[in-house]
Amino acid sequence: MNFDDTPQEAAFRAEAKAWIAANAPKQYEDELRKASLGRVQLKGANILEVAKAWQKKKAEAGWACLHWPKEYGGRGATPIERVIWQQEEGPFGRLSAMFIIGHGMCGPTMMAFAGEEQKRKYLPPLASGEKIWCQLFSEPAGGSDVAGLRTRAEKDGDEWVINGQKIWTSGAHYSDYGILLTRTDPTVPKHKGLTMFFLDMKSPGVEVRPIKQASGASDFNEVYFTDVRIPDSQRLGNVNDGWNVSLTTLMNERMSIGAGVATGFPELFDFCSSLMLEDGPAIENRAMRSKLANWAVKASGLKYTSMRAISALSRGERPGPENSIGKLVAGSMIQDVAAYALDLQGAAGALNGPEDAEVAGKFQAMLLRAPGTRVEGGTDEIMRNIIAERVLGLPGDIRVDKDVPFNKIPTKGRA
Amino acid sequence: MNFDFSDEQKQMRDEARKFLSEKCPPKAVREVLDGKAAYDKALWKGLAEMGFLGVAIPEKFGGAGAGHLELCVIAEEMGRALAPVPFSSTVYLAAEAILIAGSDAQKQKWLPKIASGEAIGTLALFEGKGNPSPKAIKLTANGGALNGVKKPVPDGAIADFAVVAARTGSSGRDSDISLFIVDLKATGVEVKSLTNIDPTRGQAEITFKDTKVEPLGAAGEGWGVITQVLDRAAVLMAFEQVGGADRALEMGRDYALDRIAFGRPIGSFQAVKHMLADMYVSATLARSNCYYGAWALSTNAGELPEAAAAARISATQAFQHCAKNNIQVHGGMGFTWEFDCHMYYRRANAVALGLGSLSYWEDALIDRMRKKNAA
Ligand SMILES: Cc1cc2nc3c(=O)[nH]c(=O)nc-3n(C[C@H](O)[C@H](O)[C@H](O)COP(=O)(O)OP(=O)(O)OC[C@H]3O[C@@H](n4cnc5c(N)ncnc54)[C@H](O)[C@@H]3O)c2cc1C
Repeated sequence: MNFDDTPQEAAFRAEAKAWIAANAPKQYEDELRKASLGRVQLKGANILEVAKAWQKKKAEAGWACLHWPKEYGGRGATPIERVIWQQEEGPFGRLSAMFIIGHGMCGPTMMAFAGEEQKRKYLPPLASGEKIWCQLFSEPAGGSDVAGLRTRAEKDGDEWVINGQKIWTSGAHYSDYGILLTRTDPTVPKHKGLTMFFLDMKSPGVEVRPIKQASGASDFNEVYFTDVRIPDSQRLGNVNDGWNVSLTTLMNERMSIGAGVATGFPELFDFCSSLMLEDGPAIENRAMRSKLANWAVKASGLKYTSMRAISALSRGERPGPENSIGKLVAGSMIQDVAAYALDLQGAAGALNGPEDAEVAGKFQAMLLRAPGTRVEGGTDEIMRNIIAERVLGLPGDIRVDKDVPFNKIPTKGRA
Repeated sequence: MNFDFSDEQKQMRDEARKFLSEKCPPKAVREVLDGKAAYDKALWKGLAEMGFLGVAIPEKFGGAGAGHLELCVIAEEMGRALAPVPFSSTVYLAAEAILIAGSDAQKQKWLPKIASGEAIGTLALFEGKGNPSPKAIKLTANGGALNGVKKPVPDGAIADFAVVAARTGSSGRDSDISLFIVDLKATGVEVKSLTNIDPTRGQAEITFKDTKVEPLGAAGEGWGVITQVLDRAAVLMAFEQVGGADRALEMGRDYALDRIAFGRPIGSFQAVKHMLADMYVSATLARSNCYYGAWALSTNAGELPEAAAAARISATQAFQHCAKNNIQVHGGMGFTWEFDCHMYYRRANAVALGLGSLSYWEDALIDRMRKKNAA
């Protein structure tokens, strides 16, 4: 049992470290290091531009999308090399937020289902951050129940005509392309009548409307499709086989085991270490220590769970559903941690003007972003289902609509 | 990085599991639970023969000389099987104290006997309610004679010897505390068995009256040794707890697949599924903290105090969480004496106390994290 790199890993790490030291945008390092969940901003700079520039630089030197094949803009690196890169990239990795969906989900789906020519055309600019992609799955009628979506695709000659609406689409407002799951046959059970496409977000008939989130920010959108035409050549997988294609996308989410998930704990510990209360330093208070200790072992438990997963990766094992626990644990933890940090400040915890923003503002941003963490990419409840069914082998939920043709499934107001 | 046990260590775990599933089925645990025996003597002998008692004791002192990682994997299996033997008191407490502080002669005298199963040892630290602290130690050692009462002493009624923490000064500092080895068959020792929440691990009260003693380690350095012993035992005990948590989860899962209500297995009800998923989450977090503790223990890293506290807290929580929800999944059956659920529930709550309570370790963890951050 050890934390040491193998000689190859050490060599790779040294190379990455040296390149990052020479090339990273150091002027933002401090701000990025201090950024916490819900609060990655750069003063006096457009984060999208800074992020694109860093991604481009990485791509040119062969450090973008490390595990992708070289011909598609990657480096053909092993999964463990990818983790080492993440560890070394450190705070600069926070600049990758807007590429995650494209790199983590759309790219791998393209790789598995697009034609060779398309892959060579679309993947390198995706890897280099020149083009941003989004994932158009969720709809008002189909979130957790993805296969309940209603956006229609109808064949018209060599093209498909799309009508409908997507929702919660992260980054749609700055995306160039998207992968789109549609219904192509409503007369068969819901999982059997879906088809996947990719499309140019600038196509006529695509309208993106930003949604103002609970946090006040606008990172996701509604996307409307009115007679949008997609050539059949941009279909991914077979007609009516979109469910299987989407499973590839969702499974790829898991491959991105990070060097650590945000829990809010380091921020809370720093804060408590320096906070003075009426009766002395906050951290000497018994009740507070107990709370801190409880969160400390969750944070360390997650950290060492990901180290165990990384060890398995370096032995060549594929990450399994057990790796879903990071988001599940961190989501509610960060919510609780942030609420507690505000509570410690009493009435002043509610303020977030410029003087108070360093402390209260930071925890408020976490508090207001955390609910999204518990919903995006599968809600807490869906995560628990996954653990119960795929790790513990318990029976699947009863699905009353599984064998019913989609257009016969009762819906609200139509039942 | 290889943050995992080696193939040989995993093989040893399998071996221990197989051995314990044969020699220590729930029926054997119940013999002790029901008071038919003070501990499982046959199992104790078998563990010695397998080399498990001396796995972390160097070869020159009669052990297998394998190491502490190996001891961790065995500890996990002991916890899984609820082995009703004085393993933790003898191996984690007494043997570790002697390994840390003993002279060569003391090691030569006691360690081979521990490895062979001939001597059962324990640590006599507590004197009534409260957590480990030098201030709580009233029992005195003056002129080589011990006077005072220790309670509870784990496995005290069946132990052959005890490492005893005694007061040898009155400065009010940690240096007032020294350690001694006491033969419990000696004159001036009175042992009384105490009933407790988990009869498969006995507790005793030991009274010393002018008992002759032999110092263990230097005078005035006892508290430092106690702290080290507790940290090491915390990691090892945490593996027992994770073993117990895993088994409780497994029992719950199996029952949920088996039991039908409302025409379907109860494991298909989401409330039950989610309860089991949460048990899995807590057991997984605890296991990962334990691995870190195992690494720190086996390399004697400076991180050990922090890692031990984290492993201890997280494993205590996980075992308690899994044991109580296992009963819930089992419904009324889970509340019967006949089903094994309560044995895990008892053990989970008993071992949560034995090395200092949760609040003691919470306090320790934050202290240690602060020191590290300040350094
Ligand atoms: C910040 C953010 C970013 C997102 N980005 C994208 C994106 O880029 N692209 C995209 O396609 N989607 C995106 N989503 C959508 C996200 O995937 C869905 O919101 C999510 O899957 C939940 O679906 P829903 O919102 O329809 O909630 P619902 O499915 O309506 O869920 C409502 C409640 O019911 C519970 N529930 C539902 N089904 C079950 C069940 N079977 N068992 C138990 N409980 C259940 C849920 O857990 C939840 O508590 C994003 C969401 C957020 C918050």
